[in-house]
Amino acid sequence: MTAYQELRKKTEARDHSLRERVMSLEEAAGLVKEGDLIGLGGSTMSRTPLAMIWALIRAGAKGHTIARGISCQEGDLTFASGLCNHVITSWMSHGLNWGVSKIMRNYTEQKRAVFEEWSHMAMGLRFRAGAMGLPFLPMRAMMGSDLMGRLPNVKTMECPFTGEKLVAVPALNPDIAFIHVQRCDAYGNAQMDGLPFLDADLAMAANRVVMTTERIISNDQIRRAPDHTRIPFFTVDAVVEVPFGCAPHECYGVYEPFFSHHDYYADLLKKDAEKGVAEYLQRFYYEPKDWNDYLGRLGMAELQDAARRGRSINND
Amino acid sequence: MTERRNYTAAEVLAVMSSRLLKDGQIVFAGVGLPLLAAILAQRTHAPTLTILFEGGTIGAFVEPGQLPPSTNEQRCCRRANMLLPSTDVLLLLQRGYVDIGFMGGAQIDKHGNLNSSFIGDAENPTARLPGTGGGNDIASLTNMIVAMKHEKRRFVEKVDFVTSPGFLDGGRSREKAGLDLGGLFRVVTDLAILGFDEKSRDMKVVALHPGVTAKEIQDNTGFELIIERNVETTPPPTEDELKVLRHLDPDRLYIA
Repeated sequence: MTAYQELRKKTEARDHSLRERVMSLEEAAGLVKEGDLIGLGGSTMSRTPLAMIWALIRAGAKGHTIARGISCQEGDLTFASGLCNHVITSWMSHGLNWGVSKIMRNYTEQKRAVFEEWSHMAMGLRFRAGAMGLPFLPMRAMMGSDLMGRLPNVKTMECPFTGEKLVAVPALNPDIAFIHVQRCDAYGNAQMDGLPFLDADLAMAANRVVMTTERIISNDQIRRAPDHTRIPFFTVDAVVEVPFGCAPHECYGVYEPFFSHHDYYADLLKKDAEKGVAEYLQRFYYEPKDWNDYLGRLGMAELQDAARRGRSINND
Repeated sequence: MTERRNYTAAEVLAVMSSRLLKDGQIVFAGVGLPLLAAILAQRTHAPTLTILFEGGTIGAFVEPGQLPPSTNEQRCCRRANMLLPSTDVLLLLQRGYVDIGFMGGAQIDKHGNLNSSFIGDAENPTARLPGTGGGNDIASLTNMIVAMKHEKRRFVEKVDFVTSPGFLDGGRSREKAGLDLGGLFRVVTDLAILGFDEKSRDMKVVALHPGVTAKEIQDNTGFELIIERNVETTPPPTEDELKVLRHLDPDRLYIA
């Protein structure tokens, strides 16, 4: 069977009916199989599907490959917990204001994890090729750079029409994708505000999708504004309602990043990054009895402040 | 030097790079200092400058004191004309709608190649850096301005790793690699504005900032710069430019 036939077969095997797909975080984490390549939606500190990462780390999942357009502080946590030992991305650190991630450095420099570096556009086109059911897409970046030489699966090609030199980037069809949106119905029709990042392509490319959402809305509400739906229900396998599902990252128009929590995190890792991140995982990932307990540990004042800033986006 | 300076090195960097942006241009700006310099230009001499962000924003007006932590958060979207998927905003570079790519740099060499991936050997690096993001796409597809601190360890003969291509090995090697268009237009530092010789593609000094000597800049560079005898001097930052800049970054995240 060709790779394309296999992809089509997997798609055919899924339940495409208009049915309710609502479940708990823990149940959704159970959809992840050993060795799955996981695609993450959002970008940097925005719409990061942290609640699913949280649930999967708590479920003890290990050794996955994770793909994301641009990674952020969640990369520290996926490395340090053992959830991920291979990241496919264009950039990985905590964020400009907090310096280069010591965890990213330690894990990659000591070869405990692989950081496979593609350009951001290449990441986007890899998901898009996956979404289009094509084996690759051509592009004009990355040529002449040293990125090309370190990647196992990128090729230069000649345009069959013009003879120009192009780079062919291979499709990326994750086994499962986690995406967080502002609202979604019980069937999986997802609407998002703000920057859409690579999420629609990621959802179309993936073989399974878990959609976490700030709130579940009715299908009637979706049908009143279908032009706002970015991801259709038949690509989605699970819908999980998780308020503050990106905390302490951002969800456009709902809450901004929890800046002082990121300062706290950076301080915790300053002296001994590995000890600091272990302590962080213990306090915020392993100890909380549920998501609400986790949010409680982030703190009501922080939550309120992030939400006030998030909601003020269109105040002028 | 007898002149008393009332500005920091980072402020010089921001002001001098903002002056290179022209009104009406479409600028693809990286986060941090490039973003700040682009907004400064927008609020001084280039009110119709359109700023694109890698996250997917077309034409944002970032609020003073509300600088975004990267180019992907809602602070990048204030009063924008359009929010696109990141892939599609990057494809605008390839299609040719971007006049200038504008970003920071960790390490640069005499042909303008940038490294933001590895210090030392890539197999066994002394330091793994955060990587390219859209840097490679910008550098491959448009004319670019790089703003960075002028330090000997950052200005090296040859970068350890070409993350974002400048003129590669000089001469016509960039074109030969398949990169027909674009290239590094200017490097702005706290000491000077630099460009590249048309033929050899070696880095040359275009203008020195006030009070900076040819010796000082050469001493802070890890390779031999082309410096013409009567090289120009940039006019110092104006009160107005500094005022706007400090208003934009009151917490001095990027201009300290």
